[in-house]
Amino acid sequence: MMRVRLTVNGRAREADDVWEGESLLYVLRERLGLPGSKNACEQGECGSCTVRLDGVPVCACLVAAGQAEGCEVVTVEGLAPEGELSTVQRAFVDAGAVQCGFCTPGLLVAADDLLDRNPKPADADIREALSGNLCRCTGYEKIMDAVRLAAARRCAEPEGDRA
Amino acid sequence: MSGLTDPRGTSGLTDPRGTSGVTGRRPAPVIPGVRSELGPPGPLAGLPTRFARRAGNAGGVGESVLRPDGVLKVTGEFAFSSDLWHEHMLWGHLLRSTVAHAEILSVDVSEALATPGVHAVLTYDDLPTEVRHYGLEIQDTPVLAHGRIRHHGEPIAAVAADHPEIARRAAAKIKVEYRELPLITDEASATAPDAVLIHEDRTDHHAPHVPHPNVVHRQPIVRGDVEEAAARADFVVRGEYEFGMQDQAFLGPESGMAVPAEDGGVDLYVATQWLHADLRQIAPVLGLPEDKVRMTLAGVGGAFGGREDLSMQIHACLLALRTGRPVKMVFNRYESFFGHVHRHPARLVYEHGATKDGKLTHVRARIVLDGGAYASSSPAVVGNAASLGVGPYEVDAVEVEALALYTNNPPCGAMRGFGAVQACFAYEAQMDRLADAVGMDRVEFRQRNAMTQGSVLPTGQVVDAPAPVAELLRRVKELPLPEERPWETGTGAVDVRALPGGLSNTSHGEGVVRGVGYAVGIKNVGFSEGFDDYSTARVRLEAAGGEAVASVHTAMAEVGQGGVTVHAQIARTELGVSQVTIHPADTRVGSAGSTSASRQTYVTGGAVKRACELVRERVLELGRARFGATRPGWPADGSPDELRLEGGEVVAADGTVLASLAEILGDEAVEVETEWRHRPTEPFHRHTGQGDGHVQYSFAAHRAVVDVDVELGLVKVVELACAQDVGKAVNPLAVVGQIQGGSTQGLGVALMEEIVVDRATGLVRNPSFTDYLIPTILDTPPMPVEVLELADDNAPYGLRGAGEAPTLSSTPAILAAVRAATGRDLRRAPVRPEHLTDG
Repeated sequence: MMRVRLTVNGRAREADDVWEGESLLYVLRERLGLPGSKNACEQGECGSCTVRLDGVPVCACLVAAGQAEGCEVVTVEGLAPEGELSTVQRAFVDAGAVQCGFCTPGLLVAADDLLDRNPKPADADIREALSGNLCRCTGYEKIMDAVRLAAARRCAEPEGDRA
Repeated sequence: MSGLTDPRGTSGLTDPRGTSGVTGRRPAPVIPGVRSELGPPGPLAGLPTRFARRAGNAGGVGESVLRPDGVLKVTGEFAFSSDLWHEHMLWGHLLRSTVAHAEILSVDVSEALATPGVHAVLTYDDLPTEVRHYGLEIQDTPVLAHGRIRHHGEPIAAVAADHPEIARRAAAKIKVEYRELPLITDEASATAPDAVLIHEDRTDHHAPHVPHPNVVHRQPIVRGDVEEAAARADFVVRGEYEFGMQDQAFLGPESGMAVPAEDGGVDLYVATQWLHADLRQIAPVLGLPEDKVRMTLAGVGGAFGGREDLSMQIHACLLALRTGRPVKMVFNRYESFFGHVHRHPARLVYEHGATKDGKLTHVRARIVLDGGAYASSSPAVVGNAASLGVGPYEVDAVEVEALALYTNNPPCGAMRGFGAVQACFAYEAQMDRLADAVGMDRVEFRQRNAMTQGSVLPTGQVVDAPAPVAELLRRVKELPLPEERPWETGTGAVDVRALPGGLSNTSHGEGVVRGVGYAVGIKNVGFSEGFDDYSTARVRLEAAGGEAVASVHTAMAEVGQGGVTVHAQIARTELGVSQVTIHPADTRVGSAGSTSASRQTYVTGGAVKRACELVRERVLELGRARFGATRPGWPADGSPDELRLEGGEVVAADGTVLASLAEILGDEAVEVETEWRHRPTEPFHRHTGQGDGHVQYSFAAHRAVVDVDVELGLVKVVELACAQDVGKAVNPLAVVGQIQGGSTQGLGVALMEEIVVDRATGLVRNPSFTDYLIPTILDTPPMPVEVLELADDNAPYGLRGAGEAPTLSSTPAILAAVRAATGRDLRRAPVRPEHLTDG
């Protein structure tokens, strides 16, 4: 058993009695009260547990908890300040990109990362960037709409207003 | 209960703004099943304004109202069934069989039970009552295996431990001794004279009528004189087809939490499609009356039929009652492939005939569905495959036989479009081949034979609502075709992402051939064959803060389809209010029936509408009693039909406002709970299949455009267009989402999705998302959608169940397009690269 210290969504966090085999996903969901990152496959295929680890999108299910020691983690819960929605979150709601919603947290983190890297992605760029995130409900069309909408809104927003 | 925290809350969904569907409220911590006390909603910073509130009953039926749970789902606060947590909880885990067919000689749990951190290990012998089996229609499924294993992955023991890994490792220490039995894997082995019986001593109601005890159910459909009709045929085509086993692959794994209660009962929070059907199966096994098994719907991460059968419900309750501790169970993806039934694989043999002027003469068909080890929904799947087996066409002479087998393959049951999906794949391939034989355009040939309102189905049932089959085909055909060679960027460079093989960089366009294919299908809506298919809704109207607010309580399972959105829309339309609270679904209200068969908007929507109508009557009576004598305009005769509820007011036909709902209600609340049923159906005749077995039909047509690398056998779907009649688009945004999602599941089984079962061992070869492939965003093309709204006068608002029809014709349209590109006579779905190349 070990103790893991890391920063999650800007807050210093600590988890005790962590079994060495536990994933970052398990620690987030079951020990830190942050179940927003999802557990659809726990084998790195579906992307529903996507978080940013020191800025880089990863499948939290494939990161051993110990590997996250001292790292900065951003989960879906940290995409916007309490009580607000980020542009990408808002666009997913508005565009009808959410049905069951199980893939949504991972897609939001991946889409957010895409728009940070590429503020005006072409459709092919969006598909490439989100190809690691499975969705079983929507057929992805509304997810495409949401990312296009978020890109347009982010470009229209003054710098600094961006959640 | 006190320690159960659900900081996110699936419950108490409020949609106070109507048109936006988004609330500024961050919900207070709530326990599932307990209504949260809400503060006044406030606007959320930066909310969209493009869905501006309109005059009248804004946010009502016909508007693209946004999901009331959308905000919780994008912030990560929505509590799915795998997200529940309790400070004293244990983790449950199941030991599953590693063989497909065997006698169990012994089970030794001693080492597992002695493992530190393990609190209970249960086997068949620990089951508390004599009821030890469950099942949707036939109770043939053991809660835990007893003496015999019938399929790979059958549960044998349940473990509860402090940590999921302790539970898994303890389960691995259970010693099971097997004596393997010969495998039943197909029709020949199932119906051989000396075949081992998968279930001995069957007592179910189909048993006396089946040709062999390893046949679950058989349904013939006989209409007209097929011999005579076949003699008139100028062209006859025969074909054999095979359809693979598809998985629902919902993303949210089977999961939930059972909490033992002080009264000896249990509270169960779970993801399911039908709370009350679960309850009826769970309570007898636990030995508890139904009112001591209190179920609440936890957040459901997709379903698609795969949550109709029980998964971990009984096991979690048994472990909770045994240990006195809350027990959480979450299947991982590997286990999920064993944790629910799949779509029936099928072998289909068809003969179609036509005259030289392109009129169908007859259809003969034999459809063999592999139901696997347990019955699940097999009888209903057989009924659909048989009754819808010739498709949306007029044919006077029909002989169809459909049956489902018991085998040692994985159990199969409900998946989106069941029975109709497999048949559509085959009859649409036949229609193409027959059109070619006649020498007609394939779409024109279909239109020439298309069913219309007034047509008679092979069951003798008259199609008494619009059936715009030819029009749907016309619409997809008239859509502009996507550009050729989309990988050419114009600068001489090649964008490989637009090519088959994509970033694998397997082609720059050489060997790539385009193909276009069409298909159309018919799906029944609602439960058929005489089932008492009802739903229940409780609607309450009261004044709060000077405004009338409605609340809707049903047991409908919201699985992502948007039923919660629709219920609020219906309440706004019927009651003229803007604020509607949707209560969490639980068993404290009557059954809503299943979220399946495309039925919830129709049936629970119908129940909500009916309950609202009764509330309206009571409110108007109250209004007349209060103000009839003092205010002009109230009808004295008690016939309030000309009064409207609009904008929180009672409005007369001339537009005069008679009273506000809030002043009529005062301190009183009006509450109605009512059941609602669609028109009755009847069973199909056992020998002829005749009977008005279905409630309603849903039609969709697809056009698929594909590029195929014919050298490597790689397929890229370039576009998948769909036209569907939905009767009335209660929520157009949600309807399009259903059509695109359903189309994509059809794409999956056309090209990539199949559970592979080893024929020699009966073992599942690919229980993972590494080896069972569902379409990614790169595999999925743009999907233009044409929505028709031809009202079905029998249904609420004229609507037509929409969820399943798009899953049918997607697959055969893609197969037709691949055949067109490759010139190959493909008879199997999914089609794989090796089927498209000679190498």
